[in-house]
Amino acid sequence: METIVVKMLGKNYEVPKGLTITKAFEWAGYHLIRGSGCRAGFCGACTTIYRKKGDYKLYTGLACQTLVEENMELVQLPFVPAEKEPHKIDNLKPSGNVILKIYPEIARCLCCNTCTKACPQELEVMDFIQASLRGDLAKVAQLSFDCIQCGICSVRCPADIKHYHVAQLARRLYGKYLTKKSKAQEQRLKEIEKGKFEKDFAEIIALPLEKVRELYKKREIEGE
Amino acid sequence: MEKYLYYPGCTLKTYASSYELSALAIAKTLGLELVELDKWYCCGAVASLAQDDLFRYLAPIRTLVKAQEHSNKVVTLCDMCYNTLQHANLLLKKNPQSLDTINSFIEPDSYKGKVEVYHLLQVLRDFVTFEKLKGFIKQPLNVKLAPYYGCMLLRPRELAIDDPEEPSVLEDLIIALGGEVVDSIYRMECCGSYNIVDNKELVSNQVSKILYDMKDKGCEAIITSCPLCKYNLEHSKEKIPVFYFTQLIAIAFKLPEEYYGLVSHKIDPKYLLKTKNLLR
Repeated sequence: METIVVKMLGKNYEVPKGLTITKAFEWAGYHLIRGSGCRAGFCGACTTIYRKKGDYKLYTGLACQTLVEENMELVQLPFVPAEKEPHKIDNLKPSGNVILKIYPEIARCLCCNTCTKACPQELEVMDFIQASLRGDLAKVAQLSFDCIQCGICSVRCPADIKHYHVAQLARRLYGKYLTKKSKAQEQRLKEIEKGKFEKDFAEIIALPLEKVRELYKKREIEGE
Repeated sequence: MEKYLYYPGCTLKTYASSYELSALAIAKTLGLELVELDKWYCCGAVASLAQDDLFRYLAPIRTLVKAQEHSNKVVTLCDMCYNTLQHANLLLKKNPQSLDTINSFIEPDSYKGKVEVYHLLQVLRDFVTFEKLKGFIKQPLNVKLAPYYGCMLLRPRELAIDDPEEPSVLEDLIIALGGEVVDSIYRMECCGSYNIVDNKELVSNQVSKILYDMKDKGCEAIITSCPLCKYNLEHSKEKIPVFYFTQLIAIAFKLPEEYYGLVSHKIDPKYLLKTKNLLR
């Protein structure tokens, strides 16, 4: 087995080559109860920062998606501290400066693009912060749709912007006030309230697990 | 139709939407096509006075990078955007070394230093000409108008769109539109600018001085090109309506009233316009 030496939390460990940062920590005996989640690059829980030997840069990434390298210096963040302003979506209006009022620090954006460079989802983070400055909620929602809220952007930002909270607020406002309402969905909700499906549900719930599995496999999937 | 790239700036998309609305409408009438940049960034609002503070020039330069992909002519409406973009543009054209430093930071983008930044007032005066503009007037403005320049169009001297000591572009425009010029010694006095955020008294003192003089000279409305000046001028005890120059052009052209953008005025100008038979 080919091994490499990596420095974790200030101590050298010999770990097999080809492990992800998450797995390398576990190989070395660490039990990650925070800073680890889906292990598939989707949940955004395993934000990590590291350096490489002979390289001036501080790197960021998702620990479950980044492979360890010889002489890497690692620390695993349990979470990213970034205060989320409490707000009640019903009390807000999708006006031009709604985000600026709640997160005024977005006006400090200097367009350095560090957030975009750091995003593991390759989102145009700087562009959606800029869109939020001018109140273009649709654009923020569109550009930030694939955000996994790992918080790397906010760790790196020299202007101390909490990008992922800004984007989440914009998506919530956009979803509540600006997207087209689906008539079919409204009707279906009414049907559910009236108890149209209760009999079918009761039948399924009463079935043994094997039968439920069979039904699930045979289910019809409707098109969009 | 002549095409210009249009850089709106954040304020034009929020507080000053009536400015954009009226500007786009009159531009269309005059045969100018203002095409909004597909990507643009907040200019930073206040240009950095330190020339080596290159970080502050990133935002305007990123916008100019996006512009150069399409054209070398960018038009702005907001005075602060004009000032900040032009400031960065001229400084970096003059200092290739600083431009190199910025370009190496914004890789793989690179600003070639070829874009020209204009304020819409310049485009109307120099390319369209006020003489041509006169031909579109359907109802001359029989209003006593005080031009208010503020600072950003004229200072510093290098980026002034007119003579920084004796500007005349707004006066010439008022005359072209059939209005009467009210001359005030405070037409170029600072309105207090961004001090409105944390020093309202300073702004209030400045604005009162300006408005008192203008009112004293019989001014019925003020014409300006800066959203922040308009905001400050409207927050005073002296109640004088303040218009963007584009709104007054739209009125003089008698465009459909929805293009006048009269909804966002703190001091309602409708009464004045109705008494002058400029509004139904």
